Amino acid sequence: MSVVLQVAIVVGYLLAALAVGLLAYRLTERTAEDYYLAGRSLGTVVLLFTTFATLLSAFTFFAGPNIAYRFGPEWILVMGLMDGVLFGLLWYVVGFKQWLLGQQHGYVTLGELLGKRFDAPRLRGGVAFVSLFWLFPYVMLQQDGAGSALAALTNGAVPYWLGAGIITGFMILYVVLAGMRGVAWTDTLQGAFMLVVVWTALLWVLYAVGGASTATAALAASNPEFLRLGGGFYAVPNFLSTAVGIAFGVTMFPQVNQRFFAGDSETVLKRSFALWPILVLLLFVPAFMLGAWGAGLGVEMPASGNILPAILAEYTPGWFAAVVVAGAMAAMMSSSDSMLLSGSSYFTRDLYRPFVADEVDERREDRLARVGVVAFALATYAMSLYNRSIEGTWSLFRIGDTAFGGFAQLALPVMLALYWDGTSREGLAAGIFGSQLFFLLTVFQPETWVGGVPLAGSALAGLLEPAFGLFASSYVGGWGANVVGMGLGLVLTVAGSLLTAGRN
Amino acid sequence: MRDRTRKTGWAVVFAVVVAFAIPWFLWRDATVVAGLPVWLWWHIGWLMLTSVIFYVFSQWGWGLWVGGDRV
Repeated sequence: MSVVLQVAIVVGYLLAALAVGLLAYRLTERTAEDYYLAGRSLGTVVLLFTTFATLLSAFTFFAGPNIAYRFGPEWILVMGLMDGVLFGLLWYVVGFKQWLLGQQHGYVTLGELLGKRFDAPRLRGGVAFVSLFWLFPYVMLQQDGAGSALAALTNGAVPYWLGAGIITGFMILYVVLAGMRGVAWTDTLQGAFMLVVVWTALLWVLYAVGGASTATAALAASNPEFLRLGGGFYAVPNFLSTAVGIAFGVTMFPQVNQRFFAGDSETVLKRSFALWPILVLLLFVPAFMLGAWGAGLGVEMPASGNILPAILAEYTPGWFAAVVVAGAMAAMMSSSDSMLLSGSSYFTRDLYRPFVADEVDERREDRLARVGVVAFALATYAMSLYNRSIEGTWSLFRIGDTAFGGFAQLALPVMLALYWDGTSREGLAAGIFGSQLFFLLTVFQPETWVGGVPLAGSALAGLLEPAFGLFASSYVGGWGANVVGMGLGLVLTVAGSLLTAGRN
Repeated sequence: MRDRTRKTGWAVVFAVVVAFAIPWFLWRDATVVAGLPVWLWWHIGWLMLTSVIFYVFSQWGWGLWVGGDRV
């Protein structure tokens, strides 16, 4: 299997994505609303797939199967509950509400919606700032994943910096040109591609080993505990903290939240709502079962640290591994391109325009938006390279790992703002910034809080060596700091609103 | 009043949908049927049922709590 053929498959895939982006460019008008939201015109298939592909990052192909390989396939249940059921309901409760308000008032970002509804420009800027704080390192994670995947596939012939650079370059091209329409169309291609790749991989492996019953029997013999629901890593608080925290976090991720505004009609939203759980099921069951079966089949974890490519190398021809890496690439790109676009819109609309240059006409904002995409992409790329060179001392990747928790802190105050008339500007600000502060403190200085006594002076040490990842953050009786912080945000918003009632 | 009944009814339905996406009553069970653990079959069936329930809601309950074209 030559490196040339493998690279050709990946580059061929990238070119196909670019072509779709260019096609979309021909239909794009030169206004910010069209650039960021495709003129609020997405139909069912495109909206469904762009949300799906945006939501699912490289986790599906790498980290997810790795977890199933190490701990058993129960992670499927976490994903089903979190993405299939809870996110579906939140799409209705938060997303549909935002869509209605967006139709009435023309909002493009969440910060804009809150800032205008509460007549609070600084709140608007604050929400954008908090969002960008968590989004930036998360984009870095995606670029890092892409660079590592290409380097692993080609055994280093395409070095890390080049792989990450190529992916970033391609994304800049079609995001700058075609905006949301281009992103949504390429997402549709990428989402469909991921599904096809994952199912082909599943059927191929099962055919090679003699069917699901044989594979599961092997797993029952080698790791009987894997088939037994729950236990060990899969404790109940861990299940629920992860599912609840991430489902709420996802709704506040800029690239997902912005899609709430982009649907064409209520009919589109209704259809998407009904089809959503099936789509989630179709992707996670095969991807994670492959990881779990890999353990039963005795596939060794390779040096790259990802089990799925190793399973495929064992049971499928070499070119198919390249196709799967292209699939993982699709997963990363379909998330990052949307993040670039949303990051740019949060920056230009909620920070740059209100605080730096208010007098910007539509065409100028449209241009500004594109410049924002390039700047955001290059900045995350540069930081990825820089962080890699100093790995182990101070890594921004740690912030990316906890981004879901950071975004989850926004969810409950925002929901109160959408539904409870008693919410005040001050209460909302207290809920949003108070819970962020709490979450940052718990995540970045774990030792001091787990002991129950906050120790002064160790904040720096906590910042330099954050020992907590997304899944390790047990706080109170095994409940994650993300969920505890969400509760705090709720209490602060309500208390702050009651205290300042009648002032507005 | 009718609206309130519908809201309560749907809230109960959704609570059940969330509560049983994970088959708690099969906790620590390892029975395998047709190549997959029973708890996984339950989850697969449950998410398909969820999709049907979401469809029914989109036709007859849409707009409850939130607003929109029906309520």
